[in-house]
Amino acid sequence: MKDDILTVVWKESKALLKVQGSRSRILLVMLTPILLSVVMPLTFDEPTEWTNTVFSMMVAVIVPMMLVGVTIPDSFAGERERNTLETLLASRLPDRAILFGKWSISVLFAWLVTLASLLLGLITVNIKFWGGGILFYSPTVAIGDLLISLLMATTVAGAGVLISLRASNVQSATQTLMMIFLLPLVLFQVVAVFALRPMIEYLENMNGEQLLIIVLLVLLLIDVIVNALALSRFQRAKLILI
Amino acid sequence: MSNVAIRIDNMSRDFDTTRALDGLSLEVPSGIVFGFLGPNGAGKTTTIRLLLGLLEPTTGRAEVLGYDTVTQAEEVRARTGALLENSGVYEQMSAEDNLEFYGRINRMSKSDRDARIKELLTNIGLWERRKEKAADWSRGMRQKLALARAMFHRPPLILLDEPTAGLDVASAVAVREDLTSLAESEGVTVFLTTHNMSEAEKICNQVGVIRAGRLVTIGHPDELRAKAGRPQVEIVGRGFDEHILGLLRARPEVISVESQNGRLTINLREATDPAPLVSLLVGEGAQVEEVHRGSASLEDVFLTLMEEEK
Repeated sequence: MKDDILTVVWKESKALLKVQGSRSRILLVMLTPILLSVVMPLTFDEPTEWTNTVFSMMVAVIVPMMLVGVTIPDSFAGERERNTLETLLASRLPDRAILFGKWSISVLFAWLVTLASLLLGLITVNIKFWGGGILFYSPTVAIGDLLISLLMATTVAGAGVLISLRASNVQSATQTLMMIFLLPLVLFQVVAVFALRPMIEYLENMNGEQLLIIVLLVLLLIDVIVNALALSRFQRAKLILI
Repeated sequence: MSNVAIRIDNMSRDFDTTRALDGLSLEVPSGIVFGFLGPNGAGKTTTIRLLLGLLEPTTGRAEVLGYDTVTQAEEVRARTGALLENSGVYEQMSAEDNLEFYGRINRMSKSDRDARIKELLTNIGLWERRKEKAADWSRGMRQKLALARAMFHRPPLILLDEPTAGLDVASAVAVREDLTSLAESEGVTVFLTTHNMSEAEKICNQVGVIRAGRLVTIGHPDELRAKAGRPQVEIVGRGFDEHILGLLRARPEVISVESQNGRLTINLREATDPAPLVSLLVGEGAQVEEVHRGSASLEDVFLTLMEEEK
């Protein structure tokens, strides 16, 4: 199984960024981490606003979501759209090797870009506020960034697989996926506008670690459900009939 | 290995309320090129999907190379090569990478993969262009590449779904030649679906005709022509006017007469001596240059079978 997954990873790595349209979409999406990691830290008055607060977690949430949101539909719905899926399914590769191979490369790519973005943000803060010593993220923020970005990538990947299985083409899969994940963010902003003070008061009563654990547990739960569904739905006999 | 490559036993497949395959039973011996003929929607593609274990039969079963297509589908796929309705070539990847991928899938060693890529691409005349993206190639070239991919891991059986469909004449001939030479040199069993009768006539050792999911007939093209095709006489000459054609049509042994560019095609009820027909023509003033006896083409046989089934 491991060799089969690596074979799919090899193929996907060859195809990533090479499909016309997808390449421009991905490059456009790559602008987001640069803007978030460079421009945002430059607006702060204190370096700790970036290294010790939730701001860097915006990168950990948004960047993997946007990158996986582009690569997963291209990998799954794109295979059908380009008429290569049936031939791939006619090979000896097990269903799970195809699924995990495609899933892994998207998650890995998004996670590495996210980590690079967080590093870029740290470099930006260090340059702007250089005082002779190197600044790091606080342990809570660092752990939060690492885990949230990974969970976001895997959750969006699982949802992307589910959506791509039913979508007629890459574009519709991407749009549906983005809508599903951007909607909660928009709702959160709306709630924040109308209930900013009670929210702050509520959050102030919790310490950072507690809040992080809750967020991670909720994400993990959604992640497990979504990926278990993707695993059960990704079957040759079903895929061939779509 | 068994001398039967494919054994299908009373297999049916329903899609909602539509029955795509209806009690199909068939045996394909090893080492031959088997043509599966039928009109669009006859169930050819469904049969290939069932043989590859991509679909499960509603009833009945099939064995490919001795493996059950439902319970041992992975074994079947590991031992077969496939060129399906679409070539399945990754257009953004080079020809070399397309073959490399399928070599890796089939767990071939690096040295074996490299040697095989060179061997196959050289055989189909594409070695010099191995680094080019397949997207830059013609459809015929991509189809050749897909054929090479299907044979890449030296499977004992390859399944081809309309391998020359949509190609221009020159490309279709080239693909057909590659298929024949590769099949001969590799000694594989080929199961191909087509609705191109002349293609089947040229390259198949045995053909099966399917209509509405049911097998209508099976045999060597010559056998089918003899069994279902009616004897013909073809006469080349001049002066075949309507009066003469009328006299010919009135004869009891004649079923039909067609005249085109000085060539008469006379379909007979049974194989009879053409001499009386020639005498009649000469007696009425026509000039006869050539006389050929023959049987109907596979296309005629196919059309007859389709008519009978209606």
